[in-house]
Amino acid sequence: MTALPKDTKKKLGLVIDLDICVGCHACAVNCKEWNTGGISAPLTDTDPYGADPDGVWFNRVHTFEVIGEDNEGGRTVHFPKSCLHCDDAPCVTVCPTGASYKREEDGIVLVSPDTCIGCKLCSWACPYGAREYDETEGIMKKCTMCVDRIYNENLPEEDRVPACVSTCPTGARHFGDLNDPKSDVSKLVAARDGYALMPEQGCKPVNRYLPPRPRKPEGEAAKAPRMLKYTDETKDGAGLLARLVDKVLSG
Amino acid sequence: MHPAKSVIFFTTATGAGYGLLISLFAYAVLGDLPADDRFFMFSFSGAFGLVIAGLLASTFHLGHPERAWRALSQWRTSWLSREGVFALLTFLPAAGFAASWWFLGQKALETTVLGAVTTVFSLATIWCTGMIYASLKAIPAWNNPWTVPGYLSLSAATGVPLFLVLGVAFDADIGRLPYFTAIGFVAFAFVMKGLYWVFKKYDDVTATAESATGLKMGKVTLLEAPHDSANYLMKEMGFKIARKHASALRKWAMFLGFLLPIGFLVMAVTSPPQDRFMPTAFAFAFVFTGTVIERWLFFAEAKHVVTLYYGAEKV
Repeated sequence: MTALPKDTKKKLGLVIDLDICVGCHACAVNCKEWNTGGISAPLTDTDPYGADPDGVWFNRVHTFEVIGEDNEGGRTVHFPKSCLHCDDAPCVTVCPTGASYKREEDGIVLVSPDTCIGCKLCSWACPYGAREYDETEGIMKKCTMCVDRIYNENLPEEDRVPACVSTCPTGARHFGDLNDPKSDVSKLVAARDGYALMPEQGCKPVNRYLPPRPRKPEGEAAKAPRMLKYTDETKDGAGLLARLVDKVLSG
Repeated sequence: MHPAKSVIFFTTATGAGYGLLISLFAYAVLGDLPADDRFFMFSFSGAFGLVIAGLLASTFHLGHPERAWRALSQWRTSWLSREGVFALLTFLPAAGFAASWWFLGQKALETTVLGAVTTVFSLATIWCTGMIYASLKAIPAWNNPWTVPGYLSLSAATGVPLFLVLGVAFDADIGRLPYFTAIGFVAFAFVMKGLYWVFKKYDDVTATAESATGLKMGKVTLLEAPHDSANYLMKEMGFKIARKHASALRKWAMFLGFLLPIGFLVMAVTSPPQDRFMPTAFAFAFVFTGTVIERWLFFAEAKHVVTLYYGAEKV
């Protein structure tokens, strides 16, 4: 049924730290790796080794450059994006068949592969580009929040997180219940002013992004700690004889 | 947005088909239609043919056309589902309207009642078609009050001239009222599309790369895309070619679709009855061509906010 639940007991979601992400794409690759064998399997590719490769991905890393008003100090921000599992998910309500649904127990948005007709309207309705069309199978697919990992009792407990979270080498991705103010992810969002993407679209996304921290001040304080003690022997502190020898040999 | 041929054909063909059905009802009540049986045959098979061909075409772009019946189930939330339900429901009164006309005559009370019900259901179906697009917030160009009137008025602007072509073919002296109505609807559609193009938010900024990413430190530009080749989202939502030629295509749509047909209709109505068929046929051919261009532009010009993550600066 494509009517949305009034409220969900949990709001399982991701918190992505834009300050830490180094844009290595490991989350996107591990997502593809897990999900091509998971409940949405296979994530098909077309022309994978040819000139125009295309395929189904649930998670993508965009890299942006941000230049401040003073036109100085461009910053590179790596920006991973996957389904935000919105509370008011427009992809669910536009679905004509009931294949799209939002789970009442944990808020995860899923597509039933047996009833999807592949009309693509959900991908038009989603402002975030979270919906993928599988050309080969003729149905829509999307991030499942690794529903086949997070409740999987065959996995060790520490692995019961989405594949993207488990693989992130920098710890930029966090998973938890954003409905519970005491959860680690909720505390993180509160401490770091986590925000939702495009709130003006009214989709009430669950996932949150942590903004890059302000740049450290310029000057001495901006140097790495080891640099603070470093002295340039060729210029400072070298004795008269040493400088003379340096000059003769350099000449 | 990628302009799928099947969807363009679907929306223009069903629009003309429903417009024809509504015209048949209106003139059956208001005037005297050609009594020739062939007029009945051609009109109803034309209307049903356009609607059925359009509905079939709309299933061609589905990944699983054999599951299309499932799309009737979610009418509580989905405009696409509502459109499907109304499109199928319209066949019941429309078939009754045709049968009543054939057996009881075009002026019979039963014919009038069934024709009125057909008209209401036809309008509801077109309304739902427009709402599918008007309800999508992620596409600001469509998410405005001018989208639905555009669909309704173009349905009339193609349906009434089609009705006239058939009417004149079987009874040269059909009267002047249908011509004035046709001119009125084409002019009305001209105004509606003009308002859509003036008021629609193609040029207004509703979201920017900064608002989409939430990065507030400065100007945001895409440095590296997630892939080095286009993905599904970029192919489906990132259609750019029309925007390059948008103003030229709009002028052509305005000229071919509205001004030229009005000219031909004026020429027809001022000609002696026996000379009216050709200009009327030209009027319909041009208004339909213009509507197809307009519909192509409707899709191709519209920008989706997801493009902000793929290098667009504003939508």
